[in-house]
Amino acid sequence: MNRVEVINRRAFLGSMFSASALVLVARVLPVEAMVSGDVDKAAWHPSVYLGVETDGTVIIMAHRSEMGTGIRSVLPTIAAEELDADWKRVKVEQAIGDAKYGSQNTDGSCSIRDFYDAMREAGASARLMLERAAAAKWGVPVSECKAQNHQVVHKSSKRQLGYGELAAPAAQQPAPKREELSFKSSAEYRYIGKDMPIVDREDLCSGKGIFGIDAQIEGMVYAAIERSPVLGGKLKSFDDQEARKVPGVERTVVIEGFKPPHGFKPLGGVAVIASNTWAAMQGRERLKVEWEPGANASYDSTSYKQQLIETVRKPQRAVRNVGDVDAEFAKGGKTHEAEYYVPHLAHAPMEPPAAVAHVRDGKALIYAATQNPQAVQDTVAAALGIDKKNVECHVTLLGGGFGRKSKPDYVAEAALLSKSVGKPVKVTWTREDDIRFDYYHTVSAMYMKAALDEKGRPTAWLQRCAFPSMMTTFNAATASASGGELGMGWTNVPFDIPNQRAENGPAQHHVRIGWLRSVANIQHAFAIHSFVDELAHLAKRDRVEYLLDLVGQPRKVDVAARGRLAEKYPLETGRLRNVIEMAAAASGWAKRKPAKGRALGVAAHYSFLTYVATVVEVEVDATGKIRIPRVDVALDAGRVINPDRVKAQFEGAAVFGASLALMGEITAAGGEIEQSNFHDYRVARINEAPIETRVHIVQSDAPPAGVGEPGVPPIPPAICNAIFAATGKRIRELPLRKHKLV
Amino acid sequence: MTAIKINVNGKELSVEVSPDMPLLWVLRDTLSLTGTKFGCGMAQCGACTVHINGEAIRSCVTPVSSVAGKKIVTIEGLSSDHSHPLQKAWIQVNVSQCGYCQSGQIMQAAALLRQKPKPTDSDIDTAMRGNICRCGTYQRIRQAIKQAAEVKQ
Repeated sequence: MNRVEVINRRAFLGSMFSASALVLVARVLPVEAMVSGDVDKAAWHPSVYLGVETDGTVIIMAHRSEMGTGIRSVLPTIAAEELDADWKRVKVEQAIGDAKYGSQNTDGSCSIRDFYDAMREAGASARLMLERAAAAKWGVPVSECKAQNHQVVHKSSKRQLGYGELAAPAAQQPAPKREELSFKSSAEYRYIGKDMPIVDREDLCSGKGIFGIDAQIEGMVYAAIERSPVLGGKLKSFDDQEARKVPGVERTVVIEGFKPPHGFKPLGGVAVIASNTWAAMQGRERLKVEWEPGANASYDSTSYKQQLIETVRKPQRAVRNVGDVDAEFAKGGKTHEAEYYVPHLAHAPMEPPAAVAHVRDGKALIYAATQNPQAVQDTVAAALGIDKKNVECHVTLLGGGFGRKSKPDYVAEAALLSKSVGKPVKVTWTREDDIRFDYYHTVSAMYMKAALDEKGRPTAWLQRCAFPSMMTTFNAATASASGGELGMGWTNVPFDIPNQRAENGPAQHHVRIGWLRSVANIQHAFAIHSFVDELAHLAKRDRVEYLLDLVGQPRKVDVAARGRLAEKYPLETGRLRNVIEMAAAASGWAKRKPAKGRALGVAAHYSFLTYVATVVEVEVDATGKIRIPRVDVALDAGRVINPDRVKAQFEGAAVFGASLALMGEITAAGGEIEQSNFHDYRVARINEAPIETRVHIVQSDAPPAGVGEPGVPPIPPAICNAIFAATGKRIRELPLRKHKLV
Repeated sequence: MTAIKINVNGKELSVEVSPDMPLLWVLRDTLSLTGTKFGCGMAQCGACTVHINGEAIRSCVTPVSSVAGKKIVTIEGLSSDHSHPLQKAWIQVNVSQCGYCQSGQIMQAAALLRQKPKPTDSDIDTAMRGNICRCGTYQRIRQAIKQAAEVKQ
């Protein structure tokens, strides 16, 4: 099947490329189609664009959002590699939101995984077309022409033509078929596997990078919005007299509340429109607003926690069953059980949600820090009642995302306000808005039970969880976890135990629940890897040796049906064993026995198709203060494109994981979120974060897997396991800040 | 509103804003100097850090009237071509991930190096703990500060 076609119509691409440029459109299957296995019926989605200008400039479209992973640079290097382009002559352009690119939803740690092949094919196709164009020009066989470093060379005659000179004739060449393409061997790579600097590197340390909050449109006004403190609360009345007295305030506008499900719709509220951000914020503080809070005012974190714990103490719906757990427990041998709890968490990206919209003549122009510009199109179109084709969404840099900026409620707010006031409007969320109106990481309780043989090894393993599902975003009646959430480290536990059952109990949502960096793996990994550590201690065995014993011999684990993804990415315990051994060796595990107040902790977790093992060193001083001198992470993510950026992701994940383990907690009372800013929703600072994270990458030619998220899940259990080894205190409830360790 | 005279990155400017408006919003909204970032609005995160007469301050809680006549330097004024030793070190070490907090981190670090040209780990902790990086680049920030300190010697 032909996976690349030549597009010569300039209009198709807008003004990004000049009329004579050679432009390639690579096409890839959406992952959903791959997973369903329904390949033949699946639509071909164009996704990747690459063009060669007649001056030799190679333009590569970055269609995924840049929020710190380096993806906007790293995906284009793959295409440049196969094209054998000179990176200095490559220009990366950020794509606007458009379904023609395929999925632009930059989450799930899948940008490289899903677009690696497409990028390679785009580069290899362009290279072959350039070679064919040169061969035709010189009247020699194409086999004698080789593209290298931005020019095609005919060896025997020493003739050469630059990519720019060849762009126009190459565009006349028919698109090569997939089977005609050749790809470089890894030995020939100039960019893949090298620490290529990101294109935004200089801008990001000189204040030149433009984020959503920095975007400007001529004639723009600024908005601050007062929203119901309880999800779904209705506006009873408001008085804006004092607000309108603030110099710079122009007017107020009511944004209607949503009808469930809340989806990505605006929450509703009263907006203050002003000539600058500060005036809008000051005006908002002077609003007098009365809300009818509604049913979610009953939400109280203390009683809800108890409810979740009671749920997991009782048998629930089985979501994975191997052997017969009940029969094994009925034998009456030694058992161990434990309960764990992880509170709500907030994303708290350093850039709060912000967007600029200009709505006029039935069209919306948007500049937004968004992980998903196509969701912006859908959401804004629905809010305004226009066709999504009339929503043009430009993607700025994102000042952090972590899943928050996949949900474009804040963009729809800007669009509705712009329509209302007839001017471009910038909406800036305050930090208080960000903390109080997030799509929170869920709150969860887990119950674990094992029957143990004489060596302390489990013969039966039962795990039960309950948490409100993020799918309540799309269906308000959802009352149990989705397969996707349970597939994150719950139904795919790769342990070699003959009897295993995973269960999930019901839970209602009272705040917006969303996906946060590594999602349900957070609570699942915390419970499972804390419990493994408890069992190793009971068995009086070395914790790494015990973990390896549970993982068992190298084999492919048969987990829930994962369709074609499972063929390309089988869950291989040999790779998990390998990273555990690597992390243990790198940390000096064998030689560093726990001492009072200082010890190592280990956890290993498979997520986003990547195998990760983490050893954390923790010190607890006489006052109970925790210090994390060192983290060793070993990971197998298949082929790695940019090792430095992968290391950066795992360094960052160690800090993110430490934040949630040490201090992350969102609570509600009377349906209102009790935290509001960084003083009471704490995240790790430089003096609290792990001091040194050493990242050890497995060299592999396996298909690339995820790197943005899988570093997070092992951190909290590894920290808590180290604390147990150092102090004898077993922490089963996060965050650590709530516990007295000495 | 009255005209307030301020000196930003060596330029004498007159701005007509409410005197209680924080310097942050004058820089961003009035002067379009958007390199200085909003993160918390209550001096908790350091994203808005600029220099007033060479000292690092949080512009989100600094009324513009209080800095009239003083020398204000923002990330845009630290160097015109990212050539400050800290910016060079930031580039060499590949510190930035999303980059949003890094203007504030660099301005804070620049003030630190002015006071302590050879900072210890503890000096770095003390000076930099007011600057949050949610991406978690702290280890490279520490490395880059030390690297810049070496160069400055």
